[in-house]
Amino acid sequence: MESDEDFMSIGSSPDDFLDTQGSDVESLGDDFGDDFDGGFSKDKDIIATKRKPYEVEFKVLSPEDIDREQNLQVNEVSSILGLPPESSAILLRYGRWNREKLIESYMDHPEMTLEEAGLGTNFDVTPKTEAIPGFVCDICCEDGDDLETYAMRCGHRFCVDCYRHYLRQKIREEGEAARIECPSDTCNMIVDSKSLGLLVTDDLRERYHALLTRTYVDDKGNLKWCPAPNCEYAVDCPVKPRDLRRIVPTVQCDCKHYFCFGCTLNDHQPAPCLLVKMWLQKCEDDSETANWISANTKECPRCHSTIEKNGGCNHMTCRKCKHEFCWMCMGLWSEHGTSWYNCNRYEEKSGSEARTAQARSRASLERYLHYYNRYANHEQSAKLDKDLYLKTEKKMTSLQSQSGLSWIEVQFLDTASQALQQCRQTLKWTYAFAYYLARNNLTEIFEDNQKDLEMAVESLSEMFEKPVPELANLKVDILDKTAYCNKRRVILLSDTAENLKNGEWTFNMDW
Amino acid sequence: MFAGKRLSKELLKLQEHLPPGITIVKSDNLEEWQMDIKVLDTNPLYQNQIYRLKFTFSSKYPIEPPEVQFIELSPATESPRPIPIHPHIYSNGIICLDLLSSAGWSPVQTVESICMSIQSMLTANSRDERPPGDSDFVSHNRRRPRDIDFLYHDDNV
Repeated sequence: MESDEDFMSIGSSPDDFLDTQGSDVESLGDDFGDDFDGGFSKDKDIIATKRKPYEVEFKVLSPEDIDREQNLQVNEVSSILGLPPESSAILLRYGRWNREKLIESYMDHPEMTLEEAGLGTNFDVTPKTEAIPGFVCDICCEDGDDLETYAMRCGHRFCVDCYRHYLRQKIREEGEAARIECPSDTCNMIVDSKSLGLLVTDDLRERYHALLTRTYVDDKGNLKWCPAPNCEYAVDCPVKPRDLRRIVPTVQCDCKHYFCFGCTLNDHQPAPCLLVKMWLQKCEDDSETANWISANTKECPRCHSTIEKNGGCNHMTCRKCKHEFCWMCMGLWSEHGTSWYNCNRYEEKSGSEARTAQARSRASLERYLHYYNRYANHEQSAKLDKDLYLKTEKKMTSLQSQSGLSWIEVQFLDTASQALQQCRQTLKWTYAFAYYLARNNLTEIFEDNQKDLEMAVESLSEMFEKPVPELANLKVDILDKTAYCNKRRVILLSDTAENLKNGEWTFNMDW
Repeated sequence: MFAGKRLSKELLKLQEHLPPGITIVKSDNLEEWQMDIKVLDTNPLYQNQIYRLKFTFSSKYPIEPPEVQFIELSPATESPRPIPIHPHIYSNGIICLDLLSSAGWSPVQTVESICMSIQSMLTANSRDERPPGDSDFVSHNRRRPRDIDFLYHDDNV
């Protein structure tokens, strides 16, 4: 740990990172570069600084904020192009909110852009509902001189009732909003918010706006919905998909949910998104089961039953067909003569090749299982801790009544529980990350950090499970251990994030 | 009812004038109609054949598209009705046609315009084949045509 300076000076400086990323992430790069320059000896500084190396800049937006952002852009484009706001909104949605490109395209070919966006070029009329004598609606075939009708600027006229039904169908049943076309057959004029406002009831208008907001967030690369159930917030983060090899952008929504802005899965620091995807795929894959079978079992040469040898000598007697054979060479046992327990054919070339192949397969499998078991263990433990967390409140209430501590004073259990969750989440992913790491000096530091955090977490977990009466006496210990766990986590994540950002890690696969 | 009024008017209009190659077989209620169609040109794939279409209307018709598919009447009967061979028509009669999906549908379309669209879809085809994966689809599909997400990728036939 005393070689901090060497460690930090290996390879590129934070500036190189900036150069390769281009100017649009400059603010990000700055944030990354500034506050981590000391290494481990300055733990206190790391914790004291505002943004840690593994943290990214982000902003949480409420539905109102999203609306405000949209309106701002719509009004701006509206005043630049001199189009009504509802038309500018359609243009912006057509151009996926890329303002500069849209304005450029409009300046070059205004009519083509308007046609393609589904706006038409006729801005002279202001549509309103009206009764037209002699009109027959093409949808319901109703006529009547006092039938209220409506047509957008394209002139395709239908009765207001049919228009309403049509819009309700599109919005309610089909969840469409941004690209509802004129009901007419060949017309691609988009229904604008003003027309919609004239025709539908308030509840539908609300739904329409909610759908528009959804497409706004979906269209913008710097916005993502918080994936937590029933959460209405979105997160604004400048990290681009191409940055995801070097940054693991964990964000926290105002609903408290931690998630990765890159892939919207739960927080998976320190492992990068691509690696997480590979790992999850690998764990899901049946091939690992097959791999295990191939490494650990053989078939009976006679009846082909699958046999797992779990000890003992090479003299096998198949339970099913009673065939006697040698586990090593798979030949008949009777041919082995007196050389029991020492199969000569084992040394033959073909046999030794098969053995190497099997050994290699077994070694790679054991390596995988090493990481997988630890990964799965933390996942499982986190679940158990979570159950415990649900009981924490009950515990806290009972602790209060038994110990005479105030509500505020027993919050230490809640804090400890949250720390446990977060640290286990991190530990879990360190094992997936480590599986893909090629060994070098950095991995040793990494494993030390991993071990320190793991030990701290397990001892906190143990304290946490103590019976309620003992907990009050353990308060100081638990508080200390909680703080220590959090600190170890910060150190581990800072170290991995720094190295990831600087491209210092070597991986044992292509990605 | 929304659909009822519109269908009554469509029926009146059809009874006044039927386009060539289209006949009404069954229109006694406002939930299900059957129509017979044949192609108007000399496309050898469909010569001297009559095909039967079944229309199922929801109460939201014509805001919602009707469900339209071919139905088969055995060759042994007096008036056999096969399922036409076409790269967008499955052998169980389900038709993959953009017009019949909610995205491609327009409420100004009618039973008549659908029949004519399907007529021209047959006329324009020269490929003597079923859609790829037909047998798989036919044996596994339990969904109604409207719930299937077809990919309308092929505008050539």
